[in-house]
Amino acid sequence: MLGAAVGVWTGSASAQVCGDADGSGSVTLTDGVRALRAAAGLSDGCETSTCDIDGSGSVGVSDGVRVLRAAAGLEPNLACPGLTPDPLSGGATTVFDTTVNAFGQAAANQPFAERPDFFTGNALFNRNWVTAPSSTVGSDGLGPIFNAASCSACHFKDGRGRPPVPPEEAFESLLVRLSVPGDNPIEGTVAEPNYGRQLGHRAVLGVAPEGRPRLDYDERPGTYGDGMPFSLRAPRLTIDGLAYGPLAAETLFSVRVAQQMIGLGLIAAIDESTLVAREDPGDADGDGISGRANRVWDLRLGAPVIGRFGWKANAPTIEQQGSGAFVGDIGITSPLFLDQDCTSVETACANAPNGGEPEVDQLKIDLVTFYVTLLAVPARRAIDDPVARHGEGLFVSAGCTGCHVSTLVTGELPGFPAVSHQTIHPYTDVLLHDMGPDLADGRPDFLATGSEWRTPPLWGLGLVPTVNDHLFLLHDGRARGFAEAILWHGGEATAAREAFRTMSAEDRAALVRFLETL
Amino acid sequence: MLRKHLMVLAGVAVLTAGCGGGNDNLTFGNPDPTSTPTETPTPAATSTPTSVTAAAVVANYADILYANYNAAIAGAEALHDAVDAFVEAPSQTTLDAAKAAWIASRPAYQQSEFARFYNGPIDDPETGPEGLINAWPLDENYIDSVDGAPTSGIINDPANLPVIDEDTLAEANEAGGEANIATGYHAIEFLLWGQDQSTTGPGNRPFTDYVTDGGGTAANQERRGEYLQAVAHLLIDHLQEVADQWAPGNPNNYRAAFLALDTDEALGRILTGLGTLSAGELGGERLSVAFETRDQEDEHSCFSDNTRDDLANDGVGIQNAYLGRYGAIDGPGIDELVRQADPALDATLQAQLAASVAALQAIPQPLDQALQGADDSPGRVAIQTAITDLFTQADSISSAAEALGVSTGTPE
Repeated sequence: MLGAAVGVWTGSASAQVCGDADGSGSVTLTDGVRALRAAAGLSDGCETSTCDIDGSGSVGVSDGVRVLRAAAGLEPNLACPGLTPDPLSGGATTVFDTTVNAFGQAAANQPFAERPDFFTGNALFNRNWVTAPSSTVGSDGLGPIFNAASCSACHFKDGRGRPPVPPEEAFESLLVRLSVPGDNPIEGTVAEPNYGRQLGHRAVLGVAPEGRPRLDYDERPGTYGDGMPFSLRAPRLTIDGLAYGPLAAETLFSVRVAQQMIGLGLIAAIDESTLVAREDPGDADGDGISGRANRVWDLRLGAPVIGRFGWKANAPTIEQQGSGAFVGDIGITSPLFLDQDCTSVETACANAPNGGEPEVDQLKIDLVTFYVTLLAVPARRAIDDPVARHGEGLFVSAGCTGCHVSTLVTGELPGFPAVSHQTIHPYTDVLLHDMGPDLADGRPDFLATGSEWRTPPLWGLGLVPTVNDHLFLLHDGRARGFAEAILWHGGEATAAREAFRTMSAEDRAALVRFLETL
Repeated sequence: MLRKHLMVLAGVAVLTAGCGGGNDNLTFGNPDPTSTPTETPTPAATSTPTSVTAAAVVANYADILYANYNAAIAGAEALHDAVDAFVEAPSQTTLDAAKAAWIASRPAYQQSEFARFYNGPIDDPETGPEGLINAWPLDENYIDSVDGAPTSGIINDPANLPVIDEDTLAEANEAGGEANIATGYHAIEFLLWGQDQSTTGPGNRPFTDYVTDGGGTAANQERRGEYLQAVAHLLIDHLQEVADQWAPGNPNNYRAAFLALDTDEALGRILTGLGTLSAGELGGERLSVAFETRDQEDEHSCFSDNTRDDLANDGVGIQNAYLGRYGAIDGPGIDELVRQADPALDATLQAQLAASVAALQAIPQPLDQALQGADDSPGRVAIQTAITDLFTQADSISSAAEALGVSTGTPE
């Protein structure tokens, strides 16, 4: 992973850079030498708080080597447990809310005058769409085939969806993507001929839902390095009641839970060059991690650009991601997606009344986009907790920050000064990584292969139990908490996973504790 | 005794009605530190000796809310009786009486909405029946035929849903998840008024839609009547569920737990409800969307054109909760706590609460017409004023929370 070699903690008056022995503001070879001098007990070396990267309590040779590697660009995101971490995960947008509304707040630096637009967007995000025709012409056009009647049905409290518990429960905040093999440079995937791009498990009166998806699980036992057993649950998807004939034999499936909505404007504001700088498709630096950006079709530009949103980074902008969800999940057409996903055999779907052409206009799309762009990231919590700080050191030393990059600086997002030029701690590089066969869905999407996933941001994850009353993680919600999510990692993350698996129970708990404070 | 008094109150009460959304997470907070109150503080209208305790305020809040829900139940019972009379003998007279009962049932419920937005009994994510009581928009097409879809709806689908009763409707709601909410005040409103196809008045469904002797209009008249009676009955049940959670004397209900909370926590919930209803729900959801999109009928009581009064009653409810009063009850209110901490803030907030209610009441009727026109038209100016007042008042509610040292936002 090539890239800027800094682990900057900003936001406090005394911003310090981990490894920056001479206080120059960045990590250089001089700092590496000074760290090594400190390791040798020489007084002109480096303060423990600045150079004790592994949290051992003193500056050792291994710390010095890490500073040198960082200076050479080989180890991004040095984090020192001795330095006070920056609670402002979203820079100046950060909000301090640890309640069930933690994901629903406007950026703290959003101008007062723009609040009505934010609330209006929020209202549209929460609105239940209804069957067309109806008196509420501005809110009709649901379906005909759909997954949910509102954005917030899946992104409840702007938060995260989950798989059904128990398995016979209907899908409420997750869905099943469908495709068949083949290339489609505009859509990224080729629609299944009878069922389209995703399984609509609901429909308006008079139209048959496409089928009833269900997830069952097989427990897959494993053992930590210290002998303690664990069990992962591997999902098995079945679809009953297929209403429109058979699925193509080669159909590819991907189960996806709704993601929490926080910080998306900040992700949108990261310069392409920042993301590209972190790409290392051939693993030139030999660290086993070979991130690359997805390149997807931007419908507004009519050109391929870097993908940022969705589990496989298959959407370039918040507007396109949101418009795609409107049509795919709710059945609401928009200026970017004028056509329903009714296939040639779904005649009742095609013949059902619509709620306008398109059903949601550009004004409303803009309001929802405005709202989503400004949904703030909650602050990191318990920054003085020594266990979490120890866990943070372990997170770095295990190599997690190779993809879950702690610090990035956003560029300019036109029209959104609040999210522009912020130092943020998203714990993602927004790049695709091969996560190995166990996590693979086998369903390529633009450049993403069937085993590649976008590094998901980790900010705010510790508040998902508060907001959404669960902590089911990974793309299909199979992981029952942080430890299982880490243990599912494979492919490029194998070394990091093994580092976690072989830690002492105490260290594993500390690392999880760290994630809980994000 | 109290109940009886409130039933009378509901019977005479002045008109008002509205509807609420589903998964609202609208919140307020993060007030702009650079903004200053626009109201000139005036001396508090009422002055009470100091040292009201937070515990007394919290207990009085529970009392007024319980009284308020009982008034809503009384209104729903009267509505149910009127609906029964209409369905049994459909005529213009009985239809008008049912409509009047619906209008009369609205103020008490709307005034109770200050208790939303903190996952209390009304909108607990798992058990709260808010979506079944006051959901909007209504999936009218899922219920009955509409313009452009003459055979749609459960009422016109005897083949798949042969029986219409409370159980069928509860099941139908669950079958569609959030999608097809077909109960509550607005379902009843739709069944009484019908679609509003008029630019100047409310919907005008003929009573003959319920005439079963062969001379009726629309199809499936008997099923329409069954549907209407079933939803009217369900409304009472759902309101009763909520009222029971606030009833005194039950050690296991929400009220008991609420009164046992640390008072900072309880006050935090109370103020979260007041602030979120002001800014996010009324200012945002119910007014800003309609204001910005100008969608006609993008308003809550769109069949009866009663939206303006619905909104004003929400404002009255906020004011009631702040002042600690409802009907015959006038107990220790939040105003007294705030006054003890910051008299000027209390005066400001009291003035703002009165101003926002007045601003809502000043919106010309019907709201769907007031939305149209140029931004300097009287209707749009009035709506803009109300939106601004509601946001301003929410900021002061945030400040009140700060003054009391409690945090707003729903508890973990």
